[in-house]
Amino acid sequence: MDALLELLQNDARLSTSRLADRLGRTEAEVAAMIADLQAKGAILGYHAVVDPERAGQRHVSALIEVKLTPERDGGFDRLAQRIARFDQVTSCYLMSGGYDLAVLVEGEDLREVARFVSEKLSTLDGVLSTATHFQLKVYKQSGFIAGEARVDERLAVSP
Amino acid sequence: MKPLQDRIAQHVRDLPRSGIRDFFELVVGRDDVISLGVGEPDFCSPWHIREAAIFSLEKGQTSYTSNLGLLSLRQEIAKYVEGLFRVSYDPAGEILVTVGVSEALDLVFRALLNPGEEVIYHEPCYVSYNPSIVLAYGKPVTIQTKVEDNFVLRASDVEAAITDKTRIILLNFPTNPTGAVEPVEELEKIAALAIKHDLIVVTDEIYCELLYGGSDGMSPGEHTSIASFPGMRERTVLLHGFSKAFAMTGFRLGYACAPTILTEAMMKIHQYSMLCAPMMSQQAAIEALKNGAPEVERMRRSYAQRRNLMLKRFAEMGLPCFSPGGAFYMFPDIRKYGLTSKEFALRLLEEESVAVVPGSAFGQAGEGSVRACYATAYEKIEIAMDRMAALVKRLG
Repeated sequence: MDALLELLQNDARLSTSRLADRLGRTEAEVAAMIADLQAKGAILGYHAVVDPERAGQRHVSALIEVKLTPERDGGFDRLAQRIARFDQVTSCYLMSGGYDLAVLVEGEDLREVARFVSEKLSTLDGVLSTATHFQLKVYKQSGFIAGEARVDERLAVSP
Repeated sequence: MKPLQDRIAQHVRDLPRSGIRDFFELVVGRDDVISLGVGEPDFCSPWHIREAAIFSLEKGQTSYTSNLGLLSLRQEIAKYVEGLFRVSYDPAGEILVTVGVSEALDLVFRALLNPGEEVIYHEPCYVSYNPSIVLAYGKPVTIQTKVEDNFVLRASDVEAAITDKTRIILLNFPTNPTGAVEPVEELEKIAALAIKHDLIVVTDEIYCELLYGGSDGMSPGEHTSIASFPGMRERTVLLHGFSKAFAMTGFRLGYACAPTILTEAMMKIHQYSMLCAPMMSQQAAIEALKNGAPEVERMRRSYAQRRNLMLKRFAEMGLPCFSPGGAFYMFPDIRKYGLTSKEFALRLLEEESVAVVPGSAFGQAGEGSVRACYATAYEKIEIAMDRMAALVKRLG
């Protein structure tokens, strides 16, 4: 299971037949393993990792530190889930340290993100404060170094 | 003036060029070729190791080190070797850091052999064994292992090869080029022979972290070193290094572990010829030993997956192939096509633009096979396998 996840985390496009070849299993076994991982929510989804700058996309991304008032029953969960459901929110984590939630937000431009923060996020009951940090440049994203293509420089034949 | 070629020492003139080198020249400069001919990992050295080398340069650590190597590195090696091989060596005098295992091999033969003394080893084997022995004025005595016997080195064959001139038994498991792993029972018998005939064992265990256990090859196998058997530590020179498991080939760093007297003898030659291994490589190696284990395992799993892929594809194209227990090589058997290994490799290169190494480059016992390295990108292996299948189909 770990090896399968490792492969998919590195390249989610791999077909079940290719995965089967690499794992020394049958295609049916691999398909069942993936179905199981999806069913129990271990795999949340699949997507391409895009560097918006190189893709020429209009794109702004921000990390928002959010402080919350925990609720008597359920702590931060209910409010955090409510925040996470907004389409603009790409990731949402409960944090230790100086604030409670790290909310990653994406939008086409600064205004869109600012509007989301001022109109949606900070107006929610229980949200005490927000601090918005705009992302300036991508060096590494989801395990991939931006702008780097690996070139094989080994000798073609060696002992 | 005498022609320059006449100035070359006779034993160097007699040394054949490496079959690998010949093949390399055919491949070089051809961009369309997918090469399964390499003998090194396709991973870069893990970043934390490279970063340690950079930091060492930043700190200005550009001096010589002790001839034996940095004491702090030897201490780390001692810990690592004890964990992996269950043999303990004293960092103060029983470990010599060398410029790759290749240098260590050269040292051990030069230190131990008088002219004409014999070294027994198993073929197919790494291309340097024969020349290293010959350049030390020793006599290579080979044992041909066979695919039908899973390339196991039989103690009975070793015993039959022993003469009153035999001084060393040289072992390499997992084996380059076959990926073979020696069964422990057989290794025990070879140890008993070494004791009975009072021989030194030189064991090159450079691939020992890269084992593929379990039916799917995904679990780390258990490595057994001949040095760990009773009575063997005092007659064994254990060779290991950083090139393969840590993907550090270009750092050129290996080591020899042996009783003090043998280490001292090797060090004598090393101090005059090499002085010491490069400082920054040694600093990188300390980092590798301290923190490299997770990366080694990640790379091993990746090799295991590619091994599975290649094994399956060979089976599908009807190319018989021994299932290797270690290293990162496949050694498929091409005899049924009626070609020599060189002819097969040439046709594969010319007709399908895939480079493999003819088995004959690894000694006579390698004839009839080719070496295909799976330390290359999956996507390239897939294309190479398609192309190879096309050739195999035409050959019928």
